Amino acid sequence: MINIREVEETNKMIEQENLDVRTITLGISLLDCIDADLEVLNEKIYSKITTTARDLAAVGNKIENDYRIPIVNKRISVTPIALVGGAACKTPEDFAAIARTLDQAAKKTGVNFIGGYSALVSKGMTPADENLIRSIPQALAETDFVCSSVNVGSTKTGINMDAVRLMGEIVRETAQRTKEKDSLGCAKLVIFCNAPDDNPFMAGAFHGVTEADAVIHVGVSGPGVVKTALEQVRGESFEVLCETIKKTAFKITRVGQLVAQEASRRLGIPFGIIDLSLAPTPAVGDSVADILHEIGVEYAGAPGTTAALALLNDQVKKGGIMASSYVGGLSGAFIPVSEDQGMIDAAEAHALTLEKLEAMTCVCSVGLDMIAVPGDTKASTIAGIIADEMAIGMINQKTTAVRLIPVIGKGVGERAEFGGLLGYAPIMPVNPYDCSAFVNRVGRIPAPVHSFKN
Amino acid sequence: MEQISAKQSDKTIITVLGKDTVGIIAKVCTYLSQNNINVLDISQTIVQGYFHMMMIVEMKESEVSFSRCSQELDKIGEEIGVKIKCQKEEIFEKMHRI
Repeated sequence: MINIREVEETNKMIEQENLDVRTITLGISLLDCIDADLEVLNEKIYSKITTTARDLAAVGNKIENDYRIPIVNKRISVTPIALVGGAACKTPEDFAAIARTLDQAAKKTGVNFIGGYSALVSKGMTPADENLIRSIPQALAETDFVCSSVNVGSTKTGINMDAVRLMGEIVRETAQRTKEKDSLGCAKLVIFCNAPDDNPFMAGAFHGVTEADAVIHVGVSGPGVVKTALEQVRGESFEVLCETIKKTAFKITRVGQLVAQEASRRLGIPFGIIDLSLAPTPAVGDSVADILHEIGVEYAGAPGTTAALALLNDQVKKGGIMASSYVGGLSGAFIPVSEDQGMIDAAEAHALTLEKLEAMTCVCSVGLDMIAVPGDTKASTIAGIIADEMAIGMINQKTTAVRLIPVIGKGVGERAEFGGLLGYAPIMPVNPYDCSAFVNRVGRIPAPVHSFKN
Repeated sequence: MEQISAKQSDKTIITVLGKDTVGIIAKVCTYLSQNNINVLDISQTIVQGYFHMMMIVEMKESEVSFSRCSQELDKIGEEIGVKIKCQKEEIFEKMHRI
């Protein structure tokens, strides 16, 4: 039987170390909503989402009360809208109408984000894909909860450089259209390589076409719990360090697994995957950078950081995989800058640079995340940064992503304030040298040699 | 839906945390017996004057739902100045047992 020490340990994690379930994300297929008439399409989308997700928020709250574990976000992901809207939308403005429908549906169901305003263009763009991409600045400026993502490359297909170049412009335009809010629109736009179909985390969540009609995914969290556990093993060997991370990741993941099973049972919707990511928040003590500090680097970004992060990421996976048979999504350690107080401190101390972050993304999940750069950064430079990050994903057969925020009207030394879970970010310097001759070449970077495994 | 899920999980962990005063266990147990909730196990510690109790209870035979019991114990806790928390047992089972 459970003993008092175990109960105390669990409750201490929840009450003092910020253990929570970061998100229950309900993936909904919109493929059966496809219609050539835009108005009918919008009605079908609204009706499918609001029906399928009707009980999501309430069930989430109920589970929260049963176990007294905070479930911070309830969210929805949908089929990439470029696929759903292709038959009805002939212009970017047509697509923006769907974005408004998604926003209304999100508000009606009581979720705080809806992801899937997306296009998958890793090899080429259809006219619908291009129209959707061109509508992103308008869509993100006119809506509150819609999140957008574009997959521009994969290990199997190479990198679509025409899409990368276009995304450089789209990121800038999105920043322009939301400049009153420190270019907040860009915080809801992710550019991917090897995007997973079942990611529950925003802003990059979408419901892949390989998924069932509706599926529950759960994203766990818990950097504070890992950090506190590591405080007990200061100065110990790598073996002890790794064991401690694995055991902690196991415990965290089991809570996620429980919540996922309960949500699935109560909603009558199949369970998909648990995403094992250590997702930080701006709350003190809920930081991945603090874990790196506890492992032994003065600031995130100091020499040794990449190795420490590689170790952390791998142990989290090893512990988590034992705890749940269905692990998916991004699964690893997130290293966003603005959403992590320790990363913000490291950036402000100049310990952390864009280049070091790029190196860190080789060994962690995801990529250059929530990084504020000067508002006058050129579209071609943004495209160059995207291309670099996509190349890391393509060659290393992993997911990588870019969420850069060129903060219009601000420069290095200033701060962008996003508020809430998104936090604030010091504006980081970007390498000033030009790459436009590179990104202006048309076509795509071919798939790497190790993709030919057939 | 709420009723079914409340009945399916049979064991609930009740924790009481606060400054040690006379009659904490009596108050909680009175409420439980009035509502036909069976106590399976009690353990308690006092650390630096702070009272910490854990009870494992079974609610199968009870008329009261888990969420109502949880709210009412919350209220009793407020009255006597301690924090009472009800949680379904699975969260601890899952975390601490392979």
